[in-house]
Amino acid sequence: MRAAVSLAMSLAFQLAVSPAVCGDRVPGSGFMGLELQAMQADPSSNPASLWVADGKTLWNTAAGIRQKSCADCHGDAAVSMRGVAARYPSPVKGTVRIISLHQKITECQTFRQRASPSEPENHDGLALETYVGVQSSGMPIEPPHGVAMDRAIATGRRIYFQRQGQLNLSCAQCHDQRAGQHLGGAIIPQAHPTGYPIYRLEWQTVGSLQRRLRGCISGVRAQPPPFDAPSLINLEVYLMYRARGMLLDTPAVRP
Amino acid sequence: MSRALISIPASVSAGEIFEVKVLIAHPMETGFRTGASGRILERDIITDFSCLFENEEVFRAQFSPAIAANPFISFSMRVKKPGTFRFQWRGDHGFEADEERQVELK
Repeated sequence: MRAAVSLAMSLAFQLAVSPAVCGDRVPGSGFMGLELQAMQADPSSNPASLWVADGKTLWNTAAGIRQKSCADCHGDAAVSMRGVAARYPSPVKGTVRIISLHQKITECQTFRQRASPSEPENHDGLALETYVGVQSSGMPIEPPHGVAMDRAIATGRRIYFQRQGQLNLSCAQCHDQRAGQHLGGAIIPQAHPTGYPIYRLEWQTVGSLQRRLRGCISGVRAQPPPFDAPSLINLEVYLMYRARGMLLDTPAVRP
Repeated sequence: MSRALISIPASVSAGEIFEVKVLIAHPMETGFRTGASGRILERDIITDFSCLFENEEVFRAQFSPAIAANPFISFSMRVKKPGTFRFQWRGDHGFEADEERQVELK
């Protein structure tokens, strides 16, 4: 009897330190069941396809005082936007200011189209971001280099390992130390942001990485920073750096 | 504006079994949730879906508040002649969406 118990315990221990949580990097889809993976892989069942289709329409629609569309400057997104999402967040050319893909899109809306910029989590903004993201699907994440990026990575890493909130938990305590284990009924993934914007079943809609981060932050009972706050951008930069080389699977479906 | 994604083969053999997949954008608000103001959000769901082939009903579904947003339906079909599929969604607050797709015979 005692032998059986110790055998069961050693088996459980081996399962707990399976390769997925031993340094091998696994995207969020690797923690999903086959049915969800199939839902993501087939554009006719992936609900994010609706956002991709809307994004394509918006890409070609003239907007703002200048009545210019994205396509008027950038042409065919399949060519001009290929690989872009794999590089964001990125420094603004000639500066050390780092912006997210969402901010890049709003800059274009404000200064090139002279239109009102999309609010965070606005449907049209997410649709455009998803459409831009899809163009890099299957490509490896390749964050840019430079002093500004190094500094953001260092700050982001510090936030990632910083305990916060009333639960006094850091990102790393769940996503490094307990990845593959359960939080309630959900499996804790390794926090590699490969598929954003994602269609999250819990949200029943498409949402950004920053929405996900703010959800986690309020989950540990900390005060979530506002959208596009420097701390969120730095965390985003660190996570993309941490996932460098992994393949983008935008638009992803996640539980 | 209603948006639907419909996936059926452009051409099939007579009698061949194929899959019809339809996805439509809809919030499917249950009527049980509270909004930011604390008030109950009014129910807003699709209540009926039907599919007609050459004006003959071949599939029908009734939806309930438990069905998730952007409902996806798939079912199997077999046709003996080419023709037109008509897809109809009806819901709360006069929601109406209609789509048509042609199927040819190989």
